[in-house]
Amino acid sequence: MNALTFIIASETPVASTAVATDIQSVVASATYIIAAVLFILALKWLSAPTTARRGNIAGQIGMTAAIIGALLGHHVVRYEWIVAGFVIGALIGAPMAIWMPMTAVPQRTALSHAFGALAAALVGTAHYCLFFQPASLLPHPLTMGFLCLEVLLGSLTFTGSLMAFGKLQDLLPTRPMVYRGQNFINFAILIAAVVVAVVLVFNPQLRWLFPVLLALAAIFGVLLILPIGGADMPTVISLLNSYAGLSACMMGFVLDNRLLIIAGALDGASGLILSIIMCRAMNRSFTNVLFGAFGQVQAGPTAAEKKAVRSGTAEEAAQIMEAAQSVIVIPGYGMAVAQAQHKVRELYDHLTKRGVDVKFAIHPVAGRMPGHMNVLLAEAEIPYDRLVEMDEINGDFPRCDVALVIGANDVVNPAARHDKASPIYGMPILDADRAKTVMAIKRSMNVGFAGIENELYYAENCMMLFGDAKAFVGSVAKELADTAAT
Amino acid sequence: MLAAMPDFGSHLYVFILAAFLGLEVIKRVSPLLHTPLMSLTNAISAISVVAAIEICGLQKENTTVLATILGTIAVAAATTNIVGGFMITDRMLKMFKRREVKK
Repeated sequence: MNALTFIIASETPVASTAVATDIQSVVASATYIIAAVLFILALKWLSAPTTARRGNIAGQIGMTAAIIGALLGHHVVRYEWIVAGFVIGALIGAPMAIWMPMTAVPQRTALSHAFGALAAALVGTAHYCLFFQPASLLPHPLTMGFLCLEVLLGSLTFTGSLMAFGKLQDLLPTRPMVYRGQNFINFAILIAAVVVAVVLVFNPQLRWLFPVLLALAAIFGVLLILPIGGADMPTVISLLNSYAGLSACMMGFVLDNRLLIIAGALDGASGLILSIIMCRAMNRSFTNVLFGAFGQVQAGPTAAEKKAVRSGTAEEAAQIMEAAQSVIVIPGYGMAVAQAQHKVRELYDHLTKRGVDVKFAIHPVAGRMPGHMNVLLAEAEIPYDRLVEMDEINGDFPRCDVALVIGANDVVNPAARHDKASPIYGMPILDADRAKTVMAIKRSMNVGFAGIENELYYAENCMMLFGDAKAFVGSVAKELADTAAT
Repeated sequence: MLAAMPDFGSHLYVFILAAFLGLEVIKRVSPLLHTPLMSLTNAISAISVVAAIEICGLQKENTTVLATILGTIAVAAATTNIVGGFMITDRMLKMFKRREVKK
């Protein structure tokens, strides 16, 4: 089976090269099958930290096999542009991977979704151009349909991911941008894009419509991400991941290439699962995330009330933690912003040395992408068996002496359990309030990303530690080191 | 003249099987590794590079300048994800360590 047969249908191989061509096709198909198997194994091995690196290696071998297979394809006769693309890609990709700080992982992920989607959209457009070569036939409507879907998804994911990147990199305002009739305009543009796509399916020769399709999809991508706030980024990044995979999958349908279909479906499935997990962790639906514009400033009555909070110093915090038997740390996006993970590790070391049991409670949506906190804590060399998921650790809070909240807010707000008026009502939270003492490190009493006052801070067992997360954790660790020395 | 209808039935079959397999395999991935999962699947979906390679490598007579330019940019974009994706995944996975055994 050959990927480009429908494009160059009139071309018949000369008899003398026919055998060579056959061998080439067999080799190419074999490498594609090997690649597909290795990709599946890669994801299977990724399920546990002990085998995960093997999974990554399997993925690399699979990719190499597929690229070799593609280069051997008998339509590939010129190599200069391929090599140019490889060199440019490697020059951009490698430095980004080597020097990027771990706190920038969400931005990089958004950017890579953009690159993947761009590739899909461009390949789709190039195929469309090739339909008009003298030697080729007009595409079957089904082929054209998949091609339109490919460029539609590719184009909207490209601009959407760039928007997400801009928000995560603070190039664009993180708060949701909303205006009247927003959903109506978004839907109208999407419907217009679909209509253009349908017209193109039956009239592929209307070349001027193709750029219109690309443009409409691109505009829709921008508008779709405008109203998304920082707290919703984990869901949106997962969703964009899924779209990028699906556009690669559609490309497989267009090209009769099963490897593309399989790899794209795997990526699409992964993004879908992650977005479902993220939505569940916020007790919200997809529609609500995409069209709800969560995180608009809520001028609730609680914000006006000035209740007393108890604030403490690093010394007091150190004394309490020293006397504790178990401490559960709850990291949030604030820890990432302050780059406090290495200081947290120091604190962890001092406490563990004194026999205090220290665990980390990881809420699924803590941070800006799935698994964000785990990566940061692993970077600080905190053993991964100390990082515990929400459902497993919630039972431990009543028995724990200190819950230390570092830069997390909405994920520990008890209002989610009982306050039906609260926008986060029903969201599963970490039960930090049930610990004997709660300590929350925060820069000020400002509200979190969801714009909601957190009643936890006014609780009797709560002690506020005001300051920069990195500096404060550092001084607590220093206090502990000093008392150990004396 | 219209090109023949490709074999969509069997492609759909492959797609559905792959999607179900993907859902089953990925459901088992520990939440601990969700970030590396995303960077790995991202690298894998850059498999679109094979399609881009075919476009760039077409004989001059069978292609257009525009298609070659688009193909080259696509190869570059996909390669960025392949190189960057696998490297960053490796960098992240290296960091996940178990507690050292007490001496």
